[in-house]
Amino acid sequence: MTTAGRLRRFGVTGRGLVVVLPYLWLMLFFVVPFVIVLKISFSDIDLAIPPYKPLLEWVGKNSLAIKLNFNNYAFLFTDRLYVNAFLNSIKVAFISTVLCLVIGYPMAYGIARAKPRTRNVLLLLVILPFWTSLLLRVYAWIGLLKANGVINEVLTWLGVIHDPLNMLYTPFAMYVGIVYSYLPFLILPLYANLEKMDWQLLEAAEDLGCRPWQAFYKITLPLSRNGILAGSMLVFIPAVGEFVIPALLGGPNALMIGRVLWDEFFSNRAWPVASAVAILLLILLVPFMMWYQNIQARESAGVR
Amino acid sequence: MSTSGGAAVKAAPWKDQAAKPYVQVEGISKSFGDFKAVNDVSLKIYKGEIFCLLGASGCGKTTLLRMLGGFETPSAGKIFIDGEDMTGVPPYERPVNMMFQSYALFPHMNVEQNVAFGLKQDRVPKSEIQERVATMLDLVKLGDFAKRKPHQLSGGQRQRVALARSLVKRPKLLLLDEPLGALDKKLREHTQFELISLQDKLGVTFVVVTHDQEEAMTLASRIGVMNHGEIVQAGTPSEIYEFPSSKFVADFIGSVNMFEGKLIEDEPEYVRIGSEELGGTIYVSHGISAPPEAIVWAAVRPEKIFMSTAPPEGNENVARGSVQDIAYLGDLSIYLVKLPTGKVVRVTQPNTSRHAEAITWDQQVYLSWDATSPVVVTR
Repeated sequence: MTTAGRLRRFGVTGRGLVVVLPYLWLMLFFVVPFVIVLKISFSDIDLAIPPYKPLLEWVGKNSLAIKLNFNNYAFLFTDRLYVNAFLNSIKVAFISTVLCLVIGYPMAYGIARAKPRTRNVLLLLVILPFWTSLLLRVYAWIGLLKANGVINEVLTWLGVIHDPLNMLYTPFAMYVGIVYSYLPFLILPLYANLEKMDWQLLEAAEDLGCRPWQAFYKITLPLSRNGILAGSMLVFIPAVGEFVIPALLGGPNALMIGRVLWDEFFSNRAWPVASAVAILLLILLVPFMMWYQNIQARESAGVR
Repeated sequence: MSTSGGAAVKAAPWKDQAAKPYVQVEGISKSFGDFKAVNDVSLKIYKGEIFCLLGASGCGKTTLLRMLGGFETPSAGKIFIDGEDMTGVPPYERPVNMMFQSYALFPHMNVEQNVAFGLKQDRVPKSEIQERVATMLDLVKLGDFAKRKPHQLSGGQRQRVALARSLVKRPKLLLLDEPLGALDKKLREHTQFELISLQDKLGVTFVVVTHDQEEAMTLASRIGVMNHGEIVQAGTPSEIYEFPSSKFVADFIGSVNMFEGKLIEDEPEYVRIGSEELGGTIYVSHGISAPPEAIVWAAVRPEKIFMSTAPPEGNENVARGSVQDIAYLGDLSIYLVKLPTGKVVRVTQPNTSRHAEAITWDQQVYLSWDATSPVVVTR
């Protein structure tokens, strides 16, 4: 009997392996960590290493007790800080998404309508920033935005301003950072959608009496709906939990849930509360992720 | 429905010097960089016509159509529609609609919304939109499909939606870019006649672009044959077929046998051509205007050549050869007859009898034709 035949007897086939591998990956790197975080979120805080008490405890000789502590979750709703941080994160993510859309749509449109050769160059320019670490790029923005940074120096030199503008550590700087970092995630799916567009439809609309902007509004915009939604989700979902950019550019009062999580975990060593924050964040984002999946499925099925 | 050409024009306004053209194209040109897509074209199209622009791909017919629609701005020349200068007017302000080759139906709208689109754009009252859309959908027999999306329709149905959408605004001029190109042969023939009867009913002037000569012959009141950005000949289908003005037109429309020769006699009532290719002389019962001893071509259509096993009378317009190939097409047969000079002549014969004494391969046959049959072209 061959090796393959022997393997098959135990239900191992090439096809089976292909299916199992991604699940194994998800199991190992998503489900297991998630269960660990979920477990911690229900445990008591402790001054130990790790800083929480086990869920399972031997009570007496023969009984094993499970102790679930819901206080961590209840605590998140009693202290306004957490609710505010959640709401503020959603607000920041939403505004960033809108800004990305306003800037990114014309860019995606321009790339999709460019000549094939120019198009590749433009796409490369969109992807190019990914070749540098995000952290470095955000630090570069500090250099640009700070009081004696490049922008202020140039504006002073040009005589536009006399006193340096206070940009760094403001919401403005934070939005600049988020929009800058997430813009490609919006442009790429939107471009992929617009690139499939039949531009003759615009001629048909003009032929039937539309001015160019009306044709855009009535034809291009509705037909790129899936691209807009997919791109927006790709910006919104990670932006809600964004930590690095608000921390580096946003200053001390940029209250975002990612930052609260970091503080709870590292500064307060309150692992159970931090885990509860993480779980709630996940629950909050699941509907958006499902929506995104749904759009992707529709897009690949060609439904408009 | 008229039989010949089909278009709603009963008289022939193009023959009447006083008739006012509905669409007038004056010396129009369009260049893309160094490439002259359309070169100094002038055209007069009359109300109610179906005018076909016929030519091979890249001959400039689509560019000319797009200039009529306002999608391309001419590099030179002017376009008048119903007496108004339309040269610089954008498509959305022209009383012209276009049916695109790809149909360009809006995929996110159903049939009804597609057809109503242009009327909504013009702010036509809702009740009137409903009525006109319903009438138009009935006319193209799509009344039951009003709520379907384009991707739920067959090719023929999409074509009819596109037609309804472009007609519902009652344009002065309808432009059709290869309107039947995407349909299969059976459906195409059927739709040709539908298109003609619809045009007859509505009286809209059509300009049709096509590369299919059969389509042009069926649809058109007149055909403009295009080559290298120029209209080489414009006329009714029978004029184009029977009196081609050049080798190109004779060759492009239908099939033809072209005999090169030298002008021997040139009288007002007849010409005599000595053709080495034929191995004899050709006698044509019409005069031409060409210098003596000029090189000319006599074009003889395959169906106008008689084929016999016995020698015909006379010694002009006659040739002898052997049958090289036969293609049996059912209603008619095509014979390729090789002359001693090496020239291969194409002859078609209707299969009038089911048991005709068949002419077979390698048989010696005589070919002949009437003096009225050849057309002499000088270029």
